[in-house]
Amino acid sequence: MADILKMFKVITKALFGKTACGMYPVKPAKVYPNTRGHIEIEKEKCILCTICDKRCPTHAIHVDREGHQWAIDRYKCIYCGRCVEVCPKKCLHMANSYSAPHPKKELETFDVPPVQTKKAEETK
Amino acid sequence: MAERTIIPFGPQHPVLPEPIHLDLVIEDEKVVEAIPNIGFIHRGLELLCKKKTFEDMTFVAERICGICSFIHGVGYCQGIEQIMKLDIPPRAQFLRSFWSELARIQSHLLWLGLAADAIGFESLFMHSWRVREKILDIFEETTGGRVIFGASKVGGTRKDINNETLQRLAKTLKEIEEDYRSLAKVFEQDYTIATRWSGIGIVSKEEAHSLGAVGPCARASGLRQDTRLLKYGAYEHLDFEPIVETAGDCQARTVVRVKEIFQAFDLMQQSIAKMPEGEIDIKVTGMPHDEFFSRVEQPRGEVVYYIKGNGTKYLERFRVRTPTFANLAPLLKMLAGCDLADAPAIVLSIDPCISCTER
Amino acid sequence: MFEHQEIVNIEISELQTHVKKLCDEGYRLVQIGCTALDHFQIDYTFDKDHKFFDLRIKLPKEEPKLNSISTIYLPACFYENELHDLFGIQVSGMAIDFGGKFYRIAEKNPFINPKNLEEK
Repeated sequence: MADILKMFKVITKALFGKTACGMYPVKPAKVYPNTRGHIEIEKEKCILCTICDKRCPTHAIHVDREGHQWAIDRYKCIYCGRCVEVCPKKCLHMANSYSAPHPKKELETFDVPPVQTKKAEETK
Repeated sequence: MAERTIIPFGPQHPVLPEPIHLDLVIEDEKVVEAIPNIGFIHRGLELLCKKKTFEDMTFVAERICGICSFIHGVGYCQGIEQIMKLDIPPRAQFLRSFWSELARIQSHLLWLGLAADAIGFESLFMHSWRVREKILDIFEETTGGRVIFGASKVGGTRKDINNETLQRLAKTLKEIEEDYRSLAKVFEQDYTIATRWSGIGIVSKEEAHSLGAVGPCARASGLRQDTRLLKYGAYEHLDFEPIVETAGDCQARTVVRVKEIFQAFDLMQQSIAKMPEGEIDIKVTGMPHDEFFSRVEQPRGEVVYYIKGNGTKYLERFRVRTPTFANLAPLLKMLAGCDLADAPAIVLSIDPCISCTER
Repeated sequence: MFEHQEIVNIEISELQTHVKKLCDEGYRLVQIGCTALDHFQIDYTFDKDHKFFDLRIKLPKEEPKLNSISTIYLPACFYENELHDLFGIQVSGMAIDFGGKFYRIAEKNPFINPKNLEEK
């Protein structure tokens, strides 16, 4: 008899207690400050040194010095955070939301302002 | 002489988390022998050591398996550190053992859920994974990822946990342990589970030793065998006693895992209490030019890494011998003589992690 | 804190006597591994009460033939089948001989194929 009463206690708790589900997408997904979501770049600080290109373990980052472009392949990136650690100007950050799905695998390019313009602005 | 039929078990089967193929030779519903066949997830990860530098290989080592990923990273980093004679700071060692025990709890809870699902007890499966979600939340809060953590590197750890977070986690872990206690009682004492799992898949102590069983499979048969007794990392400062059962059947293997979760909670509270201050990593210079066999304790048993460096930034050889490969021989012994209906439960009771086995 | 590991080099002909002696002393077989250098370096690792012991033999690449130790240690046959499937080493006398079908892989002996071993 005690076992049946215990069973009712478990059932009542499951039926009327707080749900354990995260209720996504009705409620937004739970993220923490440390969550590794996707890589973001502050274009103005980048000096195109290509260290992140050389140190990325999956070769997801492509830096074009002559064309002043910094590109990342979001599907090759494994969100390890190596590029964030090695960047000398600290212009790469790990954001905590996941990158959105895309219909095609293509590089996402950012145009980096050339270094001479920045130096000219500083001397003005 | 009865007729023999061959029934293929796997590679797709509802109880298996990963594909393995076993040909079960049966005679009138009793399994006479089993013939394994692997290779469905062979990715050739060992050969990647020629194409990725030894520091990048940490990422590859972590991705050998999704369930036991953190401890693969720790074992690899430990091997490289022994080769290059790097003395990593004590705080990094305690952080690594803290995360390792958390990974052990997460892996055992996953297995307990799968085992409950294998006998049809779906609500217990859901409750086990509900408790596991809280553990994964702790991982996400401290390392940033739920499955692959990226927290170890050659020379220490990449992330730190500050002291207030540690004290808060100590309280959270006590609450999770209370929540888990009611589940543990079901696994140990429930009548249906005990009837399903007792008395099947028996391996005696001498057979477990001669067939090379490791991990909970060996400890459930009476062997006191735990690689953490080697006192690697922070385990020389933590005290624990390996959990040994004597029955050798599926219920004994379950009880060993259930009790190991309590032991892991206790080890984590010890490592939070004894956590020293200091740095979390040291600078790595030079190239590995030696060889070493690194052994650590995964949730499934003893894993052995053979790492050989030749003075360049690429390794000469990286070989992993995972515990499920060592438990294949006891599995074939367990399956001989069992009923066909018990075969899924027996295969699941060694905790097969096939992506580890085949790398 | 750095563990010292004992590795003993022996001849191929002495393998069976050494392994039998270790089995009688109560050692358990941990793994059999192979490294492809200019010869095949095969490591037989044993363990007793967490004490490590390793036997190493050198196998010339022109004549990759071995005798199995699965009469003494039964689980050795799985490691030896793996040596055969991945490295092409001929092991005779295995307790369970899969005949090359233990590992389902697309190409034969991938670990000694020079195409797979080029450094980047």
